[in-house]
Amino acid sequence: MNKLKQLFASGALLTFMSSVAHAEYGLNMPVGVTETSRQVYDLHMLILWVCVAIGVVVFGAMIWSMIFHRKSQGAVAAQFHESMTAELVWTVVPFIILIVMAIPATKVLIDMHDASEADMSIKVTGYQWKWRYEYIGEDVDFFSSLDAASNEARQVGSDIDPATVENYLLNVDHPLVIPVNTKVRFLLTASDVIHSWWVPDFGWKKDAIPGYINEAWVKVDEPGVYRGQCAELCGRDHGFMPIVVEVKSEADYAVWLAAQKGEEVVAAVANELAVSEAVTTEDLMKKGETVYQSNCVACHQAKGEGIPGVFPAITGGVITTGPIDQHIDRAMNGKAGTAMMAYKDQLTDVELAAVITYQRNALGNKVGDSVQPSAIAALR
Amino acid sequence: MTTVAADIHDDHHDHGPAKGLMRWVTTTNHKDIGTLYLLFSLLMFMVGGAMAMVIRLELFQPGLQFVDPGFFNQMTTVHALVMIFGAVMPAFVGLANWMLPIMVGGPDMALPRMNNWSFWILPFAFTMLLSTFFMDGGAPAGGWTIYPPLVLQGGNGFPYMIFAIHMMGISSVMGAINVIVTILNMRAPGMTLMKMPLFVWTWFITAYLLIAVMPVLAGAVTMLLTDRFYDTSFFDAAGGGDPVLFQHIFWFFGHPEVYILILPAFGIVSSIIPTFARKPLFGYSSMVYATASIAFLSFIVWAHHMFTVGMPIQGELFFMYATMLIAVPTGVKVFNWISTMWKGSMTFETPMLFSIGFVIMFTIGGFSGLMLAIAPADFQYHDTYFVVAHFHYVLVTGAVYSIMAGAYYWLPKWTGNMYNEKMGQWHFWISTVSVNVLFFPQHFLGLAGMPRRIPDYSVQFTEFNMWSSIGGFVFGLSQVFFCYIVYKTIKGGEKATDQVWEGAEGLEWTLSSPPPYHSFTTAPEIK
Repeated sequence: MNKLKQLFASGALLTFMSSVAHAEYGLNMPVGVTETSRQVYDLHMLILWVCVAIGVVVFGAMIWSMIFHRKSQGAVAAQFHESMTAELVWTVVPFIILIVMAIPATKVLIDMHDASEADMSIKVTGYQWKWRYEYIGEDVDFFSSLDAASNEARQVGSDIDPATVENYLLNVDHPLVIPVNTKVRFLLTASDVIHSWWVPDFGWKKDAIPGYINEAWVKVDEPGVYRGQCAELCGRDHGFMPIVVEVKSEADYAVWLAAQKGEEVVAAVANELAVSEAVTTEDLMKKGETVYQSNCVACHQAKGEGIPGVFPAITGGVITTGPIDQHIDRAMNGKAGTAMMAYKDQLTDVELAAVITYQRNALGNKVGDSVQPSAIAALR
Repeated sequence: MTTVAADIHDDHHDHGPAKGLMRWVTTTNHKDIGTLYLLFSLLMFMVGGAMAMVIRLELFQPGLQFVDPGFFNQMTTVHALVMIFGAVMPAFVGLANWMLPIMVGGPDMALPRMNNWSFWILPFAFTMLLSTFFMDGGAPAGGWTIYPPLVLQGGNGFPYMIFAIHMMGISSVMGAINVIVTILNMRAPGMTLMKMPLFVWTWFITAYLLIAVMPVLAGAVTMLLTDRFYDTSFFDAAGGGDPVLFQHIFWFFGHPEVYILILPAFGIVSSIIPTFARKPLFGYSSMVYATASIAFLSFIVWAHHMFTVGMPIQGELFFMYATMLIAVPTGVKVFNWISTMWKGSMTFETPMLFSIGFVIMFTIGGFSGLMLAIAPADFQYHDTYFVVAHFHYVLVTGAVYSIMAGAYYWLPKWTGNMYNEKMGQWHFWISTVSVNVLFFPQHFLGLAGMPRRIPDYSVQFTEFNMWSSIGGFVFGLSQVFFCYIVYKTIKGGEKATDQVWEGAEGLEWTLSSPPPYHSFTTAPEIK
């Protein structure tokens, strides 16, 4: 009942406030910020107006006929039922219109396919349900997933009003950063199922398919933040793997790149340090909980109960309460043919050790053993 | 329903229908089986509609209020499977069963026992499909397009879905064989091919499409089955297979399937518009050739569903040009319908209203289809609500509207009772206003960047989703009203004449209302 009330109340409120709060909602395709996106927009508008023009003629004739050729107006039915001339005209004229449409479409398509002479390349890998960005030749490699605020608000029955969350469902923890006025080539693939990488302001989407490497490119004109989403159904959290691209000036980009490299070095050093010394079980449990929350809950659920038939339970699970070697293997290497992916590239040694220890000693499990980061490092 | 025409020289007494429930189980009568198909389709329309209501309820506002995202995916997947294979296709087969033998002047379908079987497979197939909701892991949730590798992650319901699809395919192929054999063998003397009503023609061509592509789907889903259970790697890149191969096979079935869902609709509308314009159909032979051209083109355009998978440019150009070409024969049809109305003497009873609604809104769906054909623009439209709007315009206000039109047009013939005209018109107007409130804003949502198949969305999409949901609820309710109208007409009402409609032409109007149990036992004379 409460939910229904809430539904009606928010419905009424939003209807009243629509002109104020969401005055800028989109009706049309964005023009975008690349030469390609503008060409696509122009094509879209051209075909739209062609359709409108044909619609005016076709529906106009229909409406005219419905008004004037009705029995109640005393219309007497003519009995003609064919005309070679008319048939020829409405076969040939649409054909000519189509040819006129096909010429610019072909031109744009050829341009979009030409990813040659790119200034830099980024490998984009789709995972259930996050993106991984690898800057080829730069030693920069990170994952990008839904930001914490949106993630909290989007849980069923969270009672958090999405309108209070900034960029609800369109915000990530680590945005992709690229320089302005630079031809960036994207190499798209996926590790588990098919995803599709789409930022409307760039004018295209491209599928990320396991076993394939697809190519696409952008050259953005204006610095800014551009948002998009995964466009190919990829399972339970398909709606929750947004894409955010920050386009920076070349100088700012260089600064960011250096900082990012530094951060990744620091993280690697921190990991090595952690590996070199023993970590207390208490610390592992604490860290394990955060890792679990951001990586495991989507499938295995908040209390570790899983979803019968698709996602096994952590609580009392065969793996999670069995021999620890198998547990480590499953966490690091995943299970082929299922949604359980290999986490060894996504998580550090400390994070892996922490989450495995946590799963064995929390969520209703009391196995009592733990694993040190050094043991994980030794298995790599 | 037990009327037997007086001129039958009846030596035995078992020619009426059997009594009770067994009449429907064992029947081999084309009209009984047609009725079963139509009622089954109406039931599935309500089941699929209920799922659509869940979808629209969750999408009414941002945030997740009612269902888990996993269940939401099950809803979108099974809604599509039920509506396509359970509602629209059986409705057309039901109409074919009822009308084809009568329209060609025959006594029954050519293969009556197979006819019984092809219907009775369906309730079992759908029981199996719907039972997956109660299994571990729930119903299939990978989308009706069942793309691997995602679909292979499903729960215990997966093999049940595969076998349900096999059974639906067997049913469809048997139905199609029956249609072809009936049309080729049961025509009354003088009923040459080019004298057949267009509904017969469009079904004739549809039946060939069915026989050509349903086995392809069966093959594709069997490969999924062996990939999951027998360690093959047809579609698994890690084992040397190819996930995109599935999409090519699926859409080689899927695109002709789109025309399976719309060609019979063309036939129905081509029967109704001349009746209420009191004027012969304009360009009969060009209609036949246009239908055949569309059927041919439907086999060489499949990859326009896959412009974003990364095909070579030559492939994308070919599929773009071929797809655009379909606009030509489709345009011919629309122009012919308008020319039929032109200078007619029109009245606007419910079947005519639904037919005109069909022509206008199917054309809108055709326009968005033409936009989607432009590959570079499709990179933006693909997998967004723009696509959702497009295919609902062609399937709901297209296929479903034609079925409604046909139902109102022939109900008086089937039952012997007139439906309530005032209620019919109310049903049309409520449906038409609400269906546009439901689907038109989805064009804007897609253009503004909302992907399809998502249970929750960013707040800038709120208004249009609310409009869409409100339209959806009203449209859903108005179909319950339709069920009531049909029920009332079956139960009673003003008696229909044999002619029913002043301007109607064709053999069905020469029979009594309702027609005799064995339709034409003596071949009628064809002018």
